[in-house]
Formats: sequence, structure tokens, C-alpha cells
Amino acid sequence: MFAAENGLSGDPRLQGIYEAIRVVPNFPKPGIMFQDITSLVSNHRVFKDTIDILVDRYKNMGISVVAGVEARGFIFAPAIALEIGAKFIPLRKAGKLPGAVISESYELEYGNDCLEMHVGAVNIGERVLVIDDLVATGGTLSAAIRLLERAGAEVVECACIIGLPEVEGRNRLDGKPVYILVEPRQQNYVVWYITLRSSLVLTFFICCNA
Amino acid sequence: MRSRAHWCWFSLSYVMILLKRRSSIAETRCLLYLEHMIFKESNMTTGIEARGFIFGPPIALAIGAKFVPLRKPKKLPGEVFRQEYDLEYGSDCLEMHVGALASGERALVVDDLIATGGTLCAAMKLLECAGAEVVECACVIEIPALKGRERLNGKPVYVLVDSQ
Repeated sequence: MFAAENGLSGDPRLQGIYEAIRVVPNFPKPGIMFQDITSLVSNHRVFKDTIDILVDRYKNMGISVVAGVEARGFIFAPAIALEIGAKFIPLRKAGKLPGAVISESYELEYGNDCLEMHVGAVNIGERVLVIDDLVATGGTLSAAIRLLERAGAEVVECACIIGLPEVEGRNRLDGKPVYILVEPRQQNYVVWYITLRSSLVLTFFICCNA
Repeated sequence: MRSRAHWCWFSLSYVMILLKRRSSIAETRCLLYLEHMIFKESNMTTGIEARGFIFGPPIALAIGAKFVPLRKPKKLPGEVFRQEYDLEYGSDCLEMHVGALASGERALVVDDLIATGGTLCAAMKLLECAGAEVVECACVIEIPALKGRERLNGKPVYVLVDSQ
């Protein structure tokens, strides 16, 4: 569910968050329009707005655990946990957490990956919020939900800054609600076109005068 | 070692509580830590992937600074600065976005732990190559036996607890 359709319609903070996202074409591979949140967190006001919106939503839901998915989930989850008085637990890639862990595999477009959590990180019945920067197919969040439920926790909701079209229209993931702040930023093709045309004109001018 | 810093970091949630009521010594000590950072007047807080991402952003939010992630290779999209550093066996690399900071900005570097100092040293070099002034490095834990401070060219390192 998108924030603008659930109580935050017209909230100017959402527009600021949307505009703070940088689109990087062809990363990590050709054809992918990467939604970069580093430009968002380098803007203090917008970063604070992002955290404030999520804190306002979750502060009265009885959440005792905020789980962040490595690595970009680590940027948002601890700040939310601190504000709502919950503990923060990291969900990490394989081999990063010391000591006894439980693991959950999930499928990528090509191959598999794995999320791990410390044994004993959550108690049975604890109410958990899962945070990541972006949800696409939902594979990573689904693995996070399964991991936490295997440990006996109750996943209340998943929250992401950006929701890709693959998840649009799906209010729930594995039966759990997914709260999303904004849609993917569209690259500004008008600016790109003007820049390209100006470059071609300038190049032609230089060649003619050479 | 039960320094005043111990009380600050073992429950960072005290930072938020103390903003509402400054009733206990523990909370006051956390305020002192936060004020230490504010006094340094940092424009930006950088965190080193991945455990630095846990501590860096809340500090940035609290002191009104921007947060800039320093990441392992090929994680950041677009143009980046790179800095390699030695490991016990082999080498590794940190990257930061080109344009993440303006020349002269005052930076705080945050990581969970300082051991040999190699990672922090690489982070400092990365920031200084981009024109920033590294004000201080801050870590939760130090392993003094590994003498990491000696690699930091005299830059101050603020550490909360020692690991014996």
C-alpha cells in the first residue's frame, strides 16, 4: 500500500522524498534504472521526513523489534527503532553474523541468495517491523518474513521507501502488509533530450569552425 | 572499562529519552556525547559499510548533518572515488560517490570498531581526496593492542569502550 493512498495524500514530504531519489541508468546491469537512495540520505531534511513518516505510522503499534535488511535497510531501520523504543536487529547476507544463526534462502533472477539472523535475536511473540530501501519482486522481504516467523516472531508489517511496479497493486506479501512511501523516480527525459541536443549542436559548431 | 562513554552507547535510546527528560546520570552522559558531536560542527557523517550504517545515520539525523555511505566496491551506482587498503591477507577497497560532498565540508567518520585502523585510514584518505576535512573518527569499540590510532596521522578517534 502506498503512503499517498493511506492517509498521506497531498503530503508535501512525499514529493520531497520522490525528488530526492537519483536514477542511475544501466546499473548494476544494462536495462536497469537503479533507484539510488544515497541522494535522499544526504539531504538531512528529506532523510528526517522519511524517518518521521515511518515513526508516526509505527510508534503506537506495539512494535518491539525493527529488522533491517543488509545493507541499505541498515540506514533507515536503526533510526526508526530508536524513535519508537524498539530494538534493532540486522538481517545479513551469509557468513557475516558471528555465532549461531538461522538462514533462509531465496531466489534471485539468476541463482540464489541467503539471509541470516542471530539465534535468540527475537523472542517468541515479539511484534516486528521489517525495513528495506526498496521492494521489487518481494523475494528479499519474503525471506525476511520467513526467517522471523521461524524464530517465533510476528511480522506486523514491511516498510520500504520505494516500491517497483512488480509490487504495485499487491497490498500484501506472504500475507503481510507492505507500506511504501513512493513509486520509482522517473528519469527526466526532457532534460536528457535537451542536454543531448545541445551537445550535438555544440559539436557541429566546433567542427565547422575548426 | 566502565567509562562514561560505556553508559552512552549501551543504550543509544537514552539519547532520545534525554531530549525529553534529563533525569539520570546515564542520560546526562549521553547528552554529553551528543553535544560533543554537535560541538565539532560536522556537516556530514559518513558510515562504513555495513556496521557503520547502523550508527552513522542516527548521529547524522540528531546533529543535522547529511549521511554519506562509504561502500565496498561496485555497490554504489554512478561515478565514485576509490581507495584501496591492505588487509592481513590481500587488500580491499572503499568507494564514495563523486559529488557526495563539497570541498571544505567537515566530516565525521563512524564505524563500529577500530582494530588495525586500515579501514578508517582508507575512509579518511577517500574523504580528504574529495576535499573534505575529517574532524574526527568515532567508533563504539577499540582493540588497543592493534594500535589502530597510529595509522590515522594524528586524527582524533572517539571510542566508547575498549576490548581487552
